[in-house]
Amino acid sequence: MKPIESFELPEPPKVNYINAQYGLKSWLLTKDHKRIALLYLGSITFFFFIGGLYALMIRLELLTPPGDFMQSATYNKVFTQHGIIMIFFFLIPSIPATLGNFLIPMMIGAKDLAFPRINLLSWYIYLLGGVITIYALLAGGVDTGWTFYTPFSTTFSNSYVVATGLGIFINGFSSILTGLNFIVTVHTMRAPGMTWFRMPLFVWSLYATSLVMILGTPVIAITILLLAFERIAHVGIFDPALGGDPILFQHLFWFYSHPAVYIMILPSMGVISELIANFSRKNIFGYSFVAFSSLAIAVFGFLVWGHHLFVTSQSVYAGMIFSFLSFAVAIPSAIKVFNWTATLYRSSISYDTPMLFALGFIGLFTVGGMTGLFLASLAVDVHLSDTYFVVAHFHYIMVGGALMGYLGGLHYWWPKISGRMYPEGWGRFSALVIFVGFNLTFLPQFVAGYLGMPRRYHAYPPEFQVFNVLSTAGASILGFGMLIPAIYFVWSMRYGRHAEANPWHLPGLEWRTASPPPTENFEVTPIVTWEAYEFAPAEETEVVGKFRPELERI
Amino acid sequence: MQSWIPLVPDSASTFSWQVDALYFYLSGVTLFFSLLISAVLIFFVIRYRRRTPYEIPRPIAGSHKLETVWTIIPFIIAMTMFGWGARVYFTQYKSPADAIEVYVVGKQWMWKLQHATGQREINQLHVPVGRKVKLIMTSEDVIHDFFVPAFRTKADVVPGKYTTLWFEATTPGTYHLFCAEYCGMNHSGMTGSVIVMEPREFDNWLSGSTGTTTPAAAGQQLFQTLGCASCHGANGEGGRGPTLAGVFGSETALQSGEKVRVDEAYVRESIINPQAKLVAGFGPIMPTFQGQISEDQLVQLVAFIKSLPGGGGGGGQAQAPTAPSPTQNQK
Repeated sequence: MKPIESFELPEPPKVNYINAQYGLKSWLLTKDHKRIALLYLGSITFFFFIGGLYALMIRLELLTPPGDFMQSATYNKVFTQHGIIMIFFFLIPSIPATLGNFLIPMMIGAKDLAFPRINLLSWYIYLLGGVITIYALLAGGVDTGWTFYTPFSTTFSNSYVVATGLGIFINGFSSILTGLNFIVTVHTMRAPGMTWFRMPLFVWSLYATSLVMILGTPVIAITILLLAFERIAHVGIFDPALGGDPILFQHLFWFYSHPAVYIMILPSMGVISELIANFSRKNIFGYSFVAFSSLAIAVFGFLVWGHHLFVTSQSVYAGMIFSFLSFAVAIPSAIKVFNWTATLYRSSISYDTPMLFALGFIGLFTVGGMTGLFLASLAVDVHLSDTYFVVAHFHYIMVGGALMGYLGGLHYWWPKISGRMYPEGWGRFSALVIFVGFNLTFLPQFVAGYLGMPRRYHAYPPEFQVFNVLSTAGASILGFGMLIPAIYFVWSMRYGRHAEANPWHLPGLEWRTASPPPTENFEVTPIVTWEAYEFAPAEETEVVGKFRPELERI
Repeated sequence: MQSWIPLVPDSASTFSWQVDALYFYLSGVTLFFSLLISAVLIFFVIRYRRRTPYEIPRPIAGSHKLETVWTIIPFIIAMTMFGWGARVYFTQYKSPADAIEVYVVGKQWMWKLQHATGQREINQLHVPVGRKVKLIMTSEDVIHDFFVPAFRTKADVVPGKYTTLWFEATTPGTYHLFCAEYCGMNHSGMTGSVIVMEPREFDNWLSGSTGTTTPAAAGQQLFQTLGCASCHGANGEGGRGPTLAGVFGSETALQSGEKVRVDEAYVRESIINPQAKLVAGFGPIMPTFQGQISEDQLVQLVAFIKSLPGGGGGGGQAQAPTAPSPTQNQK
């Protein structure tokens, strides 16, 4: 067996991407994908805390049945803005624009992304969209729900719908450019020997995400434009009083926004594949199945939007088709969960913080995914749609899934990104607190939802109070759990122990260069002669059942 | 049923147990797989914990057999959920012909309801046990959603069209009525109650209020004052405009050669946008009534046209709006 430390580790260089240049200008005009990733990291963290503040306000209001903490109009703005900020300005860019930006070139042995200037441009576009949205929030806010359903948003709402829409519209272009950049990079910039099936699964999942970004985002852009036309110029598109069709909006909106769920969860699945393999020192069980399941999710994800419209008077037969396809799209996700679990069989599992987040992810994502089946099932969805069951379900996917993956990945690659170690004990503690707080927040909402508590309610009947008290208690634990990493990451940048090039002793390409890496990532272009997650030589591979390795290679 | 924390809401319609049964099946499968995955994870994490810092486990490539097994089994389970869900959904959305009809108009932030016998209600709906009730719903402004958790059913109430919702209540009591589609500032105040009564009590309640005009009668008056009668005839027998008597519920040939079923939606559309689907043999001479007529008035006109007796068929609402006979009390 080849001991991991025998990798040739470069001498820690004095010059790395962080200290190569100084001054604000060197950051604001950088073309280095790693610096741009840090710019994104700072900005999405800012938006995350704004979104978190709104979440706190929601939970405080719902502590008691009457609407006594704020007025209805305020509450409606608060939940709307919580959704808009978290989805468009945190979750969608979170993993792709930070970890993806930082790691895709390093994982495939490239010096940078294919279009470094476009990469910087995408950050400025994101920032412009963010500034306009923040302006809309400060000027008076928006109260349509993040879904902007018509004709409420086009005709009846007296809030800053167009300004917010403009912010989201502009932000979409940053998503499209990032996706485009990733796709071209993966196609053209792989180092010699880095074949498609030697790529880490993180790269595969971001490739699939990028496809959804460039195919889906234009649709939401068009939808927002149509909405603005109707609101400003009273062109009848959605409002029946002007001759439009309000349900048409929902079709257009969900045609993007359901795939957008996969934009949020696929990157996280990629992170989990990395964490599971690397912290158990085992190649991923069924690598090609996990890789292709990402593509299957990306493709099928475009065909299920109608399951958001089961109660809108959509045709019963259309409902059946969308229900069937929604069940079908659950299968690739199930395949991933089974393969991750199987990877752990006869492995060597460490209990480091990133692995704790990964294990938490699998548990929460399983619950999130399975409760999605309730909503795909037509008759049960009729009862559950627009109740707290839906709220609980998508938070299990978005927070229990996407956010846990993001935090796990951030811990995992933090030594590479910052050149410092985070405090391991605090890391494990925060993973535990977040897991407990999360479940306490959202498990009760499944029950409240089935009992009939509608979502987006400012005041609610007293029999639902017990669930809301539990939720609010959980949310305070969850919020506390989120603050701990925020503090120690900042702390570690100055006081953390210096990280070695390969602190986890792993075979991946990103670990074969210094921490933090030099601006050009690798001193010499690497030549890849090993498979993904090759901890032990390939000839030692154990064969299970009648497995034929040549099939596995495709 | 009422423990300290209930797991299912009150059950008060024929759908309740159907939806609950499927819900329990889904919950069981979810619980089983979540516990299975968690148990296996915890077992592996303990059993295969790292014992020495530099140990390297033997790689395992994968197994097509296993992949096939865990693709096919979840798929089969998913299909049972799909089939079961679709079957119940069909009964939920296929409105029965022999239902009591109630007109519902949603507006920011109240529910206006009117029974076929003329009784009006605001944010309350009285219905009898054991008789099918069909709601014909529309909205004056934004999208609302009529949601009765105890009945396990809901439907969006969409401006510009009629949607329907039906149920058969089983247990007397007072149940929540919620608006389940976010509709603006006072969305969470757009609530009310559904009061399920024994049939005899319901009949008493219906006949309790006097001097109410039925929607059909009000529609007849509108039919005169709006001038509809000049082309369609005082009793809808036709003239310069197509015959209205007895066509409701049947199919009519259009100028375009297509056929259309004359239902609430078609009648409504023909008043608001007469040129959209012209009846064969008639020219585009009818003016639009868009903006000149409220949703309530539209509902009354539709009710009037439905009530017109004709040569054949028609008839859903043709019976006199008297109280249904007490012999319906079998259950």
